[in-house]
Amino acid sequence: MSTTRKKVYGYLAEFKSASALYKAAEKVRDAGFTKWDCYSSYPIHGLDKAMGLKRSILPYLVFFGGMTGTITAFLLAYTTQVVIYPTVVQAKPTNFFTLPAFFPIMFELTILFSGFTTLFGLLGLMKLPRYNHPLFASKQFERATDDGFFIALEARDPKFSATGTKEFLAEIGGSSIELIEEEPA
Amino acid sequence: MFIPSTLIALLGVGGGLSLLVSTGVGVWGMTNTVFWGWDITNFVFWIGIGHAGTLISAILFLTRQNWRTSINRAAEAMTIFAVCCAGIFPAFHVGRVWMAWFLAPIPNANAIWQNFKSPLLWDVFAVSTYFTVSLIFWFLGMVPDLATIRDRAKPGLRKMLYGIFALGWRGGNRQWSHYEMAYLLLAALSTPLVLSVHSVVSFDFATSVVPGWHTTIFPPYFVAGAVFGGFAMVLTIMIPARAIYGLHDMITMKHIENMAKIILLTGTIVGYAYLMELFVAFYSGAIYEMEAFKYRITGPYWWAYLAMMSCNVISPQVFWFKKCRENLWVIMAVSMAVNVGMWFERFVIIVTTLARMWLPGDWKYYTASPFEIILFVGTIGMFLMLFLLFLKFLPCINIAEVKWTLRESDPHFDDLNDHPDDGTVKIPAYQAELPETTDKGTTV
Repeated sequence: MSTTRKKVYGYLAEFKSASALYKAAEKVRDAGFTKWDCYSSYPIHGLDKAMGLKRSILPYLVFFGGMTGTITAFLLAYTTQVVIYPTVVQAKPTNFFTLPAFFPIMFELTILFSGFTTLFGLLGLMKLPRYNHPLFASKQFERATDDGFFIALEARDPKFSATGTKEFLAEIGGSSIELIEEEPA
Repeated sequence: MFIPSTLIALLGVGGGLSLLVSTGVGVWGMTNTVFWGWDITNFVFWIGIGHAGTLISAILFLTRQNWRTSINRAAEAMTIFAVCCAGIFPAFHVGRVWMAWFLAPIPNANAIWQNFKSPLLWDVFAVSTYFTVSLIFWFLGMVPDLATIRDRAKPGLRKMLYGIFALGWRGGNRQWSHYEMAYLLLAALSTPLVLSVHSVVSFDFATSVVPGWHTTIFPPYFVAGAVFGGFAMVLTIMIPARAIYGLHDMITMKHIENMAKIILLTGTIVGYAYLMELFVAFYSGAIYEMEAFKYRITGPYWWAYLAMMSCNVISPQVFWFKKCRENLWVIMAVSMAVNVGMWFERFVIIVTTLARMWLPGDWKYYTASPFEIILFVGTIGMFLMLFLLFLKFLPCINIAEVKWTLRESDPHFDDLNDHPDDGTVKIPAYQAELPETTDKGTTV
């Protein structure tokens, strides 16, 4: 008989309401945990602060994505219309002063590139897509996208301990505390 | 409902287009001088329909209009499907559709590039950006709800497919935090985008030196008209969907009344634009401009002008009365009238102008051929088919956002209601403007 050793992902605990989750999150934050998350089926007002999360850096990424779009559109229009193949259409100039006629496309590409940066930047920051996750092994976790409120404390957190963390979760109001294991590699 | 609309779509779009491609654009009723007929009318009509979806999802989000929550998903879906329908017309209008890649910014065989100074190329960029960004907005908005469906589905193909599209969403606050920012950014990007798209569409006309088209009022006039027509379409499809799926508690009379008010507002703006157009033609003193409008009203297309005026300007005026804003039959009738009226508006602008240009030799009376009509009917079928598929397989109401509007969603709800002995439920101030349900609440 062989035994497989499973790696522990962490502890999962359920909380009865958004208020309970919010208060528990403040306590977990104050206890100094860093590798943990609160799960709910909708974004809870003010939970970022209760968890001690910083503002998302996504707007900075999108700003640079958008600027790339503006510059791309300008270069595309300017190089093709003024540098490579100047065609005089409707007696409009083919020099730098054609710029106003390029504005609509510069605007559209700014938005297009910003949209793509938002999509891919968001996926990158959320570390998605991924099809599976250790938490999906938990039966009760299916309710996280329905009506459940959960906190998961991960084993890779330096504050994590096999017994202490379980007690801590019970102390801050968690119920149905469950040990989550990772799939054997 | 699904089968007839699919058949209409197959026959109209499939059949109409195969005939067009195999024979040539000659099967349409367009002539040497009236190059833009039903096809461009339909293009502008469908693009306009899409605008209400973006308005609801982006502009009403930025202005914190919480009532948008239950209608935004379906309205966004409507945007996507309307733009799909719109795209067919210009792509096939080019004649040799296999040459449609000429629209993309790549040089052709003679190394000639597109004319970046042309409003038609601006339009290509505007519409394709609009479609792409709307699709991203719609899809990202749906990810948490797809995860909800995934977690409620029994193991099997269904769960796997929803699982793939839910991207592994777990609903952790570290995800929500970035997600909410992304949603806000997309709303902020879509707002100027939606205003730009119909402005650019109107440039196709306004930048030409043609009496009746060459006016500066076109961009705002087109945008207002698009929002107007789009809201009418939202009501046209949502009122039946609400009745069939029993969504009365989600899409309440308040939502419908608010939409009726927007129709009244934008309809009045459109009416103002029609009158201002006439005034400017008169005030300009340009005889060609004056003649163009005289021809529109009294010429052989008088019936189209009359249909436009009565459907778009007069019919929404009933919404001044609360009784009419509360009667679903009246709302449905006005919405249908506006759908028709907005189609005629584009017909009036495009066809009556081209039928009477500068040279008397150009003058021609244009009538659509049966194939143009079939193709248009086909796109209506396609639109309904896509919308019905959406209702069947995707969450037509934004589940996560609706949860957010519930009082229990507030993290301080328990604190405020620790001693509910007197039976009152206290509501935090930021939720106070939400519609009252059964329980009586006091604002704190």
